[in-house]
Amino acid sequence: MGIKIKSMKNEDFLDNSTLETLKETGDNFFLTTIDDIVNWGRSNSVWPLTFATSCCGIEMMAAGASRHDFARFGIEVYRASPRQADVLVVAGTIVHKMVPILLRLYDQMADPKYVIAMGACAVSGGPFFYNSYSVLRGVDQVIPVDVYIPGCPPRPEALLYGVMQLQRKIKSKSITNPNEVEEK
Amino acid sequence: MTNDQLKEKISEWVSGIEFPENKQYLEVLVPANSLKKLAELLHNTPETDFDYLISLSGVDYVSHLAVVYHLESTSHKHFLVMKVKTEDRENPNFDTVNEIWRTAEWYEREVFDMFGIKFNNHPDLRRLLMDDDWVGFPLRKDYKDEIKMIER
Amino acid sequence: MKEVIQDIIIRNSDDYIINMGPQHPSTHGVLRLELSLQGEKVKYVVPHIGYIHRGIEKMCERDTYQQIIHLTDRFDYLSAHMNNEAVCLNVENALEVEVPERVKYIRTILDELNRLASHQLWWCAFGMDLGALTTFFYGLRDREVILDIFEESFGSRLLHSFNTPGGLMHDIHPNFQKRTKEFIKYFRKKLPEYDQLLSNNVIFQMRTKGIGYMSKEVAISYGVTGPSGRASGFSCDVRKNHPYSAYDKVDFKEILDTTGDTFTRYKLRIAEMWESMNIIEQLIDNIPEGDYTAKMKPIIKLPVGEYYQRVETSRGEMGVFIISDGNKFPVRVKFRTPNFANLFVLNKIGSGNKIADIVAISGSLDLVIPDIDR
Repeated sequence: MGIKIKSMKNEDFLDNSTLETLKETGDNFFLTTIDDIVNWGRSNSVWPLTFATSCCGIEMMAAGASRHDFARFGIEVYRASPRQADVLVVAGTIVHKMVPILLRLYDQMADPKYVIAMGACAVSGGPFFYNSYSVLRGVDQVIPVDVYIPGCPPRPEALLYGVMQLQRKIKSKSITNPNEVEEK
Repeated sequence: MTNDQLKEKISEWVSGIEFPENKQYLEVLVPANSLKKLAELLHNTPETDFDYLISLSGVDYVSHLAVVYHLESTSHKHFLVMKVKTEDRENPNFDTVNEIWRTAEWYEREVFDMFGIKFNNHPDLRRLLMDDDWVGFPLRKDYKDEIKMIER
Repeated sequence: MKEVIQDIIIRNSDDYIINMGPQHPSTHGVLRLELSLQGEKVKYVVPHIGYIHRGIEKMCERDTYQQIIHLTDRFDYLSAHMNNEAVCLNVENALEVEVPERVKYIRTILDELNRLASHQLWWCAFGMDLGALTTFFYGLRDREVILDIFEESFGSRLLHSFNTPGGLMHDIHPNFQKRTKEFIKYFRKKLPEYDQLLSNNVIFQMRTKGIGYMSKEVAISYGVTGPSGRASGFSCDVRKNHPYSAYDKVDFKEILDTTGDTFTRYKLRIAEMWESMNIIEQLIDNIPEGDYTAKMKPIIKLPVGEYYQRVETSRGEMGVFIISDGNKFPVRVKFRTPNFANLFVLNKIGSGNKIADIVAISGSLDLVIPDIDR
């Protein structure tokens, strides 16, 4: 059942792990060697929380299965308890009744914590933007989001690319203030 | 039983019934105070034996509110659509059928949540899908929500 | 006089209540179960829903009939094709439009492929709930093969929206027949391996035999359809009783059983997977040539009246009730979803067991929560 996957040329692919590229594309920061080591450890082992409300949850499960293996990126296990998790992948529509629970989960996670908004519903309300009385239009109205992944549902490869972008973002943080939101 | 035999049987049991026009199935419009009696007779008589309530839905025609029951019999394989309606929009209420078909308990809670129709003698009538302190009945035609609904 | 089925919940103020909350690895979505415990035994279970209620029925009152199809994908996303087909058949029967034979055959084949993929996912999630992590990897590996076939023809893995009123959106890929036949040959060798993995396992049998018994009267009165209802003897298969599309041209058995416990529901779904493969094999070589859609007007207006259509999804009987007054938007669309009725029976069959048994029972009822809340 083989499929030929057409891959990108190496020159076209902005290397996601070099900080020189990050500085070129517009970030100013100064890191020490200790920062480098700590960021290397943090970015290569992000453990997510099991949180899936609707259809995007199935693509998240498929990304963790054997074809598109999640574990080779450091996402070894899913933690069921928020106190042991690093990243909250919001996969699925968020409704007004669910917002207090989402806030409680986000508050129970320990620093440093990250949020990925997966799917069109979490980014902006998705197909339910017009004429719906109970959908929250985008999860960034209640919690701060680091990476947005569009798609309905996004392919598992898109989720992997989003996680790689998150790893690149973690590598640019400094140990003295890991959750700093950059103002431009 | 064929549709004509069902029509005769139902007309014998309850008075004041109408049979509106429906291309697919036999439809019965029942006055609200004989709903429970007709439902019990349809369920308990062996010739009709309607033991499977497929679906219970609320409808808001602009002039009146209605509840539609789709019934089927697993032994005789006939199908019936039963309707009740009321003009009262301030305080509409009907009898509950949840002792006859147990699945009606949650369907009636959903109709109360979305339309505001109350059911007498229901064991647990409270909101099902919306928040407990939501104001208004969303599926009514005159429901307006300027803040949360973005209209197109 | 038939006797009345009771399950009464008596709440005391000194009950010990635990929430199996909306965020939980094994409730298959956002379902909140309020359990009242005495030690480890559960006295009653009260489900609370509404955490994914998106208001789809209200949105449908402002959309045309072609736009409603894209919203119906999102209820029970694992049998998305059957949901689309229910709305399409309703509109086609109301307008009295005859679809070409080719469309009927293709719709039936895609239904059965979708049923296979959905039961695969059920099998891997059920094993994972009970602690067997191997089933997760094996099941999803083979489901990817089916999704590859879908992706080549439709462009999308999970939510296709391939049906439209009148037929299909475009024709299937030329490779479709060959790849489906290869897949069926490959899967016939894999399914006995999966069956052996769980069915003969002593731990699995002790956790599922005799747990969660549902009698036939309870199944009919609570409206439990699909494999969960057929495991108790309730003959409710819409494909046999009211055939649609090409189901009257194929020869298949409706699988019924009378021991209504968790193990039977499991065995019945595995048997349904064998029947699905038989149906696909009978149809795949005989797809007639022709158009892929009937001629329809761009703006669809149904005649005045009320219409009801039923189909069999992989979890039970789904119904679509449309009321139209002659305009291009419907007055009311109501979806009778199978999981809504299937969830309510959980208190009747689950109380009196331990907490771990509640997980096994709700896994065997195969619930998808966005289908309940719509």
